[in-house]
Amino acid sequence: MEENRHPLEVRDLYLRFGGLKALDGVSFHVKDGEILSIIGPNGAGKTCLMNCISGFYKPQQGEIVFEGKQITRMPPYKIAKLGISRTFQNIELYTGLSSLDNLMAARHIHMKRGALSACLFFGLTRREEIEHRKVVEDIIDLLELEPIRKKLVALLPYGQRKRVELGRALAAEPRLILLDEPMTGMNVEEKEDMARFVLDISELKGIPIILVEHDMEVVMDISDRVMVLDFGHKLLEGLPQDVKDNPEVIRAYLGAGEEEEE
Amino acid sequence: MRPCGVFDERYIQDIAIVRTWQHWLALIGALVILYTFPFYGSYYLISLINLLSILIIVILGLQIVMGYCGQISLGQPAFMAVGAYTSAILTATYGISFWIALPLSGLSAGIVGMISGAPSLRIKGFYLAMATLAAHFVIMWIIMHLKITGGIQGLHPPPPQIGNIVLDTEERMYYLIVTMMVISTFAARNLFRSKVGRAFVAINDNDLAAEVMGVNLYYYKLLAFFISCVYAGLGGSLWAHYYMVVHPEQFTFMHAIWYVGMVIIGGMGSIPGVFFGVLFVRLLDEIVLFSSPMLSSLFPWLGPGPGAALGLSAFGMALLLFIIFEPRGLAHRWEVIKESYRLYPFAY
Repeated sequence: MEENRHPLEVRDLYLRFGGLKALDGVSFHVKDGEILSIIGPNGAGKTCLMNCISGFYKPQQGEIVFEGKQITRMPPYKIAKLGISRTFQNIELYTGLSSLDNLMAARHIHMKRGALSACLFFGLTRREEIEHRKVVEDIIDLLELEPIRKKLVALLPYGQRKRVELGRALAAEPRLILLDEPMTGMNVEEKEDMARFVLDISELKGIPIILVEHDMEVVMDISDRVMVLDFGHKLLEGLPQDVKDNPEVIRAYLGAGEEEEE
Repeated sequence: MRPCGVFDERYIQDIAIVRTWQHWLALIGALVILYTFPFYGSYYLISLINLLSILIIVILGLQIVMGYCGQISLGQPAFMAVGAYTSAILTATYGISFWIALPLSGLSAGIVGMISGAPSLRIKGFYLAMATLAAHFVIMWIIMHLKITGGIQGLHPPPPQIGNIVLDTEERMYYLIVTMMVISTFAARNLFRSKVGRAFVAINDNDLAAEVMGVNLYYYKLLAFFISCVYAGLGGSLWAHYYMVVHPEQFTFMHAIWYVGMVIIGGMGSIPGVFFGVLFVRLLDEIVLFSSPMLSSLFPWLGPGPGAALGLSAFGMALLLFIIFEPRGLAHRWEVIKESYRLYPFAY
């Protein structure tokens, strides 16, 4: 069975907003344990694709299959429960909670004690809290978040927030992570850190990662495969080296003129 | 911010609320004073604490749905009324024991609250406030027009009874009410260091992200309304049996504004904030109660009007000043004071 061998299969996805075709028949798959980068000019439909996978947008046609299950029109919280976790282009953290609590909140799908037991707290709920705290502390350790563990997210600088968001995505113990521009707006050092974290996660957890990113250097360095979108079409998919040298990609990015060719 | 020099070695210590011996001392001391108070407190103060405790239970409920979960509810007095009437009807009309009526009143208010909170699935902010406001008027209209609730006259529920002891005095009711208040506070505080509490805060802070992280928004919004209204119902039941009378005038729209004001003044999203808010607004009221006769005797040419309006205008003024100068309420001020005390003599 060729079909269900891959963790994520996207087939013939069409997403329209009125007359605008945001996604125009996009198909691709993600292999086990790989880092797949999606690149493309602004407005190419990268984030739309992410939103379709995590359930915000309901595509008009096509299907998304995660580990053999149809998730095409599922509500986002159910998709999260199945094991897809993500970060956002513009950080969407719980600003009123500390970094630690943001990560603990991501354990939501794994915690079982209800409200009544929570009110009594001592005993069952406390034991569960501590169990999950251990998992979260491992992630804090991995992403080097120790110094900001108890700080309110609202008070953190941008780069650290991005890292907390990555931590939150990881704390849900996903089997597929979507990273929507994790390195935008960072300086070189922060970018290097983030790239290192992404590689660490990929290596340690062995989970597939879909990365949307504009920084070509990073993309070419860390991804196993690259997919190029342009105006909702899939332009190309292949190894980073092949994509980099492809004339079509260069045209999509830089325009059709000859003067760009050096 | 942790007290200086206190280090946690285990996660149990880290998530504890009461962490140092000073904390324990303060907690036990406060409980001892609270429970021995009727032996030396004046009648006036005992009845004041009774009223405050009932209000604290109700406002804790409002804090859960509004302060933590971010769903504005103007229906709290109506849900309180549902609890009060359930309890009064069960005990006065059907002769069922108060101890069965109390949880049932919490449950009935919870269910009514959940139904009234259902619009929160679709609408937010001001629109939700309007929807809960509508719920308030609908519920109060129903209560006033049903036969079983006694209409405008209301009902006269009997005082609760433990064995042969009838809880018909201030001192006897005191223990019941204060115990309920302590339990409710304990439960509410614990709720917010668990999965459910974090889900509520997540919905308030960023419902988009909450959903992506696996929080079922529908379920948790309704749960927030349910828990909140259970608190209101329990408070209402205690109210009914404490005053031994329930009538629609006790649960007006004005009370809804008052309660929301208490949450804002106390501080949204804070359990101590509930205590601050209730105390502050109630104290303001007491001050007005004493000073409004003075106002009319000092300036007799004003007539009785301004004295009567003083309560409302003082409350409105306080609310306004808080929203402008301390939007995070007294609880935030309290945190700032605690922090500077712990850092003293350093600036940071």
